[in-house]
Amino acid sequence: MKPIIRFSSHTVVLPFDDIDTDQIIPARFLTTTTREGLGDALFSDWRYDSDGSPDPDFVLNTPAAQGAEILVAGNNFGCGSSREHAPWALLDYGFKAVISTQLADIFRNNSLKNALVPIIVDPKTHAWLLEHPGTEVEVDLEDTVIRLANGQAVTFPLDRFSRYCMMHGTDQLGFLLQQDEAISAYERERAWPI
Amino acid sequence: MSAKSLFEKVWDQHVVVPESEDTPAVLYIDLHLIHEVTTPQAYATLRAAGLPVRRPDRTVATMDHSTPTEPVTTLKDIDVVSQPAAARQIKAMIENCDEFGVHLYGFGSEHRGIVHVIGPELGATQPGKTIVCGDSHTSTHGAFGALAFGIGTTEVGHVLASQCLLQRRPRTLAINISGRLAEGVGAKDVILAIIGQIGVDGGTGHVIEYRGSAVAGLSMDERMTVCNMSIEAGARAGMMAPDDTTYEYLQGRELAPKGAAWEEALVRWRSLPSDPGARFDRELDLDVSNLAPMVTFGTNPGMVIPIDGTVPAKVADPGFKKALDYMQIEAGKPLLGKPVDVVFIGSCTNSRLSDLRQAAHILRGRKIPDSVRVLVVPGSQHIKHEAEAEGLDQIFLAAGAEWRESGCSMCLGMNGDTVASGKLSVSTSNRNFEGRQGPGARTILASPATAAATAVNGAVSDPRQFLN
Repeated sequence: MKPIIRFSSHTVVLPFDDIDTDQIIPARFLTTTTREGLGDALFSDWRYDSDGSPDPDFVLNTPAAQGAEILVAGNNFGCGSSREHAPWALLDYGFKAVISTQLADIFRNNSLKNALVPIIVDPKTHAWLLEHPGTEVEVDLEDTVIRLANGQAVTFPLDRFSRYCMMHGTDQLGFLLQQDEAISAYERERAWPI
Repeated sequence: MSAKSLFEKVWDQHVVVPESEDTPAVLYIDLHLIHEVTTPQAYATLRAAGLPVRRPDRTVATMDHSTPTEPVTTLKDIDVVSQPAAARQIKAMIENCDEFGVHLYGFGSEHRGIVHVIGPELGATQPGKTIVCGDSHTSTHGAFGALAFGIGTTEVGHVLASQCLLQRRPRTLAINISGRLAEGVGAKDVILAIIGQIGVDGGTGHVIEYRGSAVAGLSMDERMTVCNMSIEAGARAGMMAPDDTTYEYLQGRELAPKGAAWEEALVRWRSLPSDPGARFDRELDLDVSNLAPMVTFGTNPGMVIPIDGTVPAKVADPGFKKALDYMQIEAGKPLLGKPVDVVFIGSCTNSRLSDLRQAAHILRGRKIPDSVRVLVVPGSQHIKHEAEAEGLDQIFLAAGAEWRESGCSMCLGMNGDTVASGKLSVSTSNRNFEGRQGPGARTILASPATAAATAVNGAVSDPRQFLN
């Protein structure tokens, strides 16, 4: 994973609440056995007409959305399935961060493991972002803030360990494997059968 | 010692390294359930790093999501009945499990089936265990007093390699359920009502403990239905205290403890229920005495009404309007009597023997209209055979339904079992998201009884019509 310290981009806005993982990437694309190449399937059922041509009215197909690395979505984005294909598809498409008032637990976990920055903001900030699609936002992991074009700097919650891993490009598996001695001791010493 | 909840006891017993401000807890996982869709990339990670599976003996593997529900006797059959990508994924699962020494309940096994159905069926799911799977409906296993939750593929790799996960401790939510369910109303209606009340994000960040007299009265099948859909309220997991119903279910099952080990396990399990005075971060009360069968009308499981109610009108909410437009359902109108095209009876929510019996009870001696396709998919091969031994398959077939091999099937439409675009389905599954059962498919979630009543009438129907 590439380390992330800070980046800025214009936003793209999907204002609906409860956008589920089946919208982010429909199940029929999950027969893949790799992590790559899912960007084309991102929001597939909203993005393409039934004949496979891009729907010009869908926000990701508009000229203003091109190159956007930050997705601003309605409350409870990523609810539903545990499919990590959801953050994989968002990353493969080119997104680096998702901003909402709430993100579903498993989606948030999966995002942290892949350095798709999950950003939860207060309703007022969220409302401002929804009202200003395309606005430039700076994401700063060093200070855990987002900086808005209106001059505001808004802090967001980020687990210290995940933040460290994203800023250093560290794979969490390495940390876990270093705990081998403690894991073996637990297996040996537990009072009831493993 | 301070009073502890069921969740706190199970969590505390599995902490290998406690959490600190800098690092999450290292949590030991007792049972890792795996299936073909969310493991190939995890196996690839192990292979690239030259790592073995740490505890193949604590790993239970099966195939369900992209697996066909048409009969497969040899591997060559997959190429005939499955799409090439699905066939590749299934073969990759077989090869990966073989290479890493993980026993696979695959084709030909009596216990191949939906991963959340076979865990309990084998007796692998037990009180007090930590159980994970690369599938959000892992919450099902909480019905046994286990801490069970869904994880992503990276975490599947973590568990394969270390048998542990890095976790922050979630908060707790107690839902106290009292009252007596009316006839024709079941566990599916209870959980749909709960989701309707707290919303699809009402449980986010929390582990739910379902408690109270109404929970104690539920069978294990019913408890699993409730816990299964905890994730649809956004919860990390759902749990229920183990009791004699739990132990009776488990005793004698293939992977359950035997002899002296069983007696020791019982002592341990009986210490698990929440202590009197245990504290929860949030609490909620629900009386189910006046509950009606529930049906969804929108595009998430929180958009739900009693079957004899009318669709609410929240015109100011653009998401609400979008959902109704997609569903082609009108605000202010009832759902009852709305013609349907498909009925699906199956999924990890409602494909166990008691679910099939409920559906068969209504379908017995009746005919499904030609305009309706009804697909009945048992949760496992074992359930399929049990149902056939009771003649349930003959009831379904005589009524005009299709009777299939086990799998996830039309719940998520990965294996070719889909609802066509624009068609309306009443489904016993867990998600009515846009396109969940196929691109453009419209889904109404309901109990097996409501689904069967709907199949008979060819239109959304109240199962209480068939009480006798």
